[in-house]
Parts: sequence; C-alpha cells; structure tokens
Amino acid sequence: MRPYIREKKSFTFDEVPENTSFEAGYLTTVNSGWRSIRPVVNTQKCVGCEQCYLYCPDGVISVKDGKAAIDYDFCKGCGICAKICRIGAIEMEAERK
Amino acid sequence: MANKTAESISREEFFYGHKACAGCGGSLAVRAALKVLGPNAVSVLPAGCMSAVGFNFPQLCFSNNSIISTFAGTASMLTGVEAGLRARGIKEFTAVGFAGDGGTADIGIQALSGAIDRNDNIIYICYDNEAYMNTGIQKSGLTPFGAKTTTTPAGSNIHGNIRPKKNMFEIAAAHDIPYAATASVGYISDFIQKVQKASQIQGTKYIHVIAPCPTGWGVAPDETVDIAKEVVDCGLWYLAEYENGEFRLNHKPKEFTSVEAYLKKQGRFKHLTDDDIRIITASRDKKWEYIGKNFAL
Ligand SMILES: Cc1ncc(C[n+]2csc(CCOP(=O)(O)OP(=O)(O)O)c2C)c(N)n1
Ligand code: SF4
Ligand code: SF4
Ligand code: SF4
Ligand SMILES: [Mg+2]
Repeated sequence: MRPYIREKKSFTFDEVPENTSFEAGYLTTVNSGWRSIRPVVNTQKCVGCEQCYLYCPDGVISVKDGKAAIDYDFCKGCGICAKICRIGAIEMEAERK
Repeated sequence: MANKTAESISREEFFYGHKACAGCGGSLAVRAALKVLGPNAVSVLPAGCMSAVGFNFPQLCFSNNSIISTFAGTASMLTGVEAGLRARGIKEFTAVGFAGDGGTADIGIQALSGAIDRNDNIIYICYDNEAYMNTGIQKSGLTPFGAKTTTTPAGSNIHGNIRPKKNMFEIAAAHDIPYAATASVGYISDFIQKVQKASQIQGTKYIHVIAPCPTGWGVAPDETVDIAKEVVDCGLWYLAEYENGEFRLNHKPKEFTSVEAYLKKQGRFKHLTDDDIRIITASRDKKWEYIGKNFAL
C-alpha cells in the first residue's frame, strides 16, 4: 500500500500539535499540477520489466497485472521512465488541461 | 517478467508525495534506500533538500518515523535514536541518516567521525549532488573541480571551482569503519544491494551515493539517471566498497566514455576550456592508477 491523499484538516489553535511531531505519511496536496508533459504507457508494448518502477524518483509507478501503471496525482512528468524503458513503451505527451 | 532487484525490496513506498524538483536524484536515493529498510527504518535528515521537500507541515512525505536534525548533527542524532530505541527494548529497527554533500563532508563531518569512532550501529547515507542545493547552489567540499556555483562563478580568469572534490569515501574508510561504499543512482541495483548489505552489518555503515540535481547541474529532468550512469562510465566516479580493511572495486568500465561529453552536457561545466578538461582527465587517470594499485577487483 502506498500513502494516500487525505482530507485537509482545518486546524483550530487547540488542534495544532504542541510539539513539532505529526502523523507520518500524511498527504494533503497532490503534485500533478507540476506537469507540462505526462508519461503514457502503451500496454500493448509494456513487458512489465519494472525498470521504470525502480527508477521513478517519486515512486508513482507500480506494475499491475504485468503492466506499468502510473499514479497521476503524484507524477511530476520528469520523463525518466520514458528514457529508462528500453522498448519505448512509455511516451511523453503534452498535458491537456 | 521477474525483476530480481524489484523482488528484493518492499512494494510499499515510504517517501511519497514529496516536493523535490521533477527528476531529483536525491529523492530517488532516499526512496530506494527506504524500500530496502522497510517500515521500521527511523530516518534522520539534516537541513538540506531532502528534509525541505519531505516535511512541509501538514504534508509529511515519510511514512516511516522520520526526524529533522540540526545541519551538523545527522550522525549524533542517529547515535541518540539508536541508543534510545535500544534502551526501550526495541529490536527491529534501523537508524538511517540521509545527508547531503554539504551536510556530510563539511558541516557534519565531526559528528560522523565521532559516530564511526564509537562504532554506533547506524547507516549513514550521503546523497551527493555536489553543492549546497537547497540554499541555491553554493560550493561544498564535494563540488568537483571546474564546477560553476554561485560561490565559485566562472569568469575569464577563474573557471569555476578551483579545488578538487574531497574523498569522503576514503575518509570514512580511514576510520577503519566496518562497511563503506560508493554508489550512483544511475546504477540503482548496485545501490540497493549495498544498502541491503549495510543493513546486515553490525556497527557504523557509510554509503556515498551520487545523486544528480537537474536544477543545480543544468541538465534536463529526464537526464538524471543517464548522467548518473555516465559519471561512472567516464571514470569520474567509481563503484567500490570497503570491508574488513580492504577496498574492492565493483565495476570496472572496459573503456571510459568521454569526459568532455559528460562535462559539456551540463550547464555547470559549459565554460570549461580544453585545458580544464585535460586537467580533469589527468586527475581521473591518476585516480584510476591508484585504484588499480590499491583496490581488489
Ligand atoms: C547551521 C546551519 N547553517 C546553514 C543552514 C542553511 N542551509 C539549509 S540547507 C543548506 C544546504 C544543504 O546542502 P547539502 O547538505 O549539500 O544538501 P542539499 O540541499 O544539496 O540536498 C544550508 C546551507 C542551516 N539550515 N543550518
Ligand atoms: S520499463 Fe517499459 S516495459 Fe518495463 S515495466 Fe516500464 S513501461 Fe513496461
Ligand atoms: S514522469 Fe517521472 S515522476 Fe512521472 S512516472 Fe515517469 S519517472 Fe515517475
Ligand atoms: S534542487 Fe536539486 S537536490 Fe534539491 S530538490 Fe531540486 S533537484 Fe533535488
Ligand atoms: Mg548538496
């Protein structure tokens, strides 16, 4: 399982933690807005070798049923996966708003 | 298609949703190491990019226990974390530090040296992006010769940094540490195996991983992994280990790729002259002569 996005808590003063510690893996904002290009997996070509999964700096690729799948909420569109994939199963496409 | 490296690490992600620049090599190093060490890793991060991008309250991108240390105190905080958990009777944990090159080779070097001297049971990982990146690219002791930073600008007289890169790997080894290694995010399986090995060894472990910063190096975000491979392939970095008092080279390029090609791809080296490149190539050759004499293969 990977961390997931939660409802943003609206803090009142007495809810703010007294010390500086807080719940681990607590995500409130996505990174998808950072992208100008997005990786698209061609599932016909993908052989599930998991190289892209190993090298993604954001850890947003998982291989499901032998095919790479991308969590677009957190992918930043860096393009590393497309370069890593030796058989060209990932292409970077312009982000459409 | 089974991938041996992928099968050997956790499927979970422990560094997720972080705010590092697209294509950040440091974040790949932290992510990969935590997938080796698992949910019981307790990580310590000093001031630097990885703490800045990981802890943005209330967005907390580490899903294992993690804490920010003082800039100089990564290793001393690791000592405390390890001693504290041990005192409470907790056995299943790994105290791991992720510090930048500045945080390691300059400001944190005495704390690291002290921890190695006490042989505290910790893993210290230096993710080396070759400058103080989080404050806007200043030279550190691990910035290589010729690199342009905001504190080593390139002009007509002085062409960027005039000092060579400190040899942190051999400095750690010189303490007679139980385990030290060099790695690169461009050779991720090698790095993962080294973190696995370190996690099985008692005492202090030091891993120095080259982690390109597209922002500070002046390369495109999708170049990170390729450039991290190329620095090894052209011989300006090497993959090695120190164990039981001996150095071992893990990977010997049959033939080096071009140093010039490696340098000229990056904005920080664009200004270098042919003479500068000759100096860099000569220092590479001298280093490899030393490796040939002193490292087992
Ligand atoms: C004692 C102290 N001095 C200076 C700083 C400012 N500072 C914060 S991050 C940073 C740069 C860290 O560089 P490095 O360790 O190489 O990590 P990187 O940011 O490159 O990942 C500096 C100088 C600080 N936080 N504390
Ligand atoms: S690297 Fe290419 S083939 Fe391998 S899993 Fe990723 S997309 Fe599929
Ligand atoms: S573009 Fe970058 S962040 Fe997105 S899936 Fe590929 S490697 Fe990961
Ligand atoms: S400045 Fe460099 S090291 Fe820092 S987050 Fe961006 S890419 Fe990573
Ligand atoms: Mg740095």
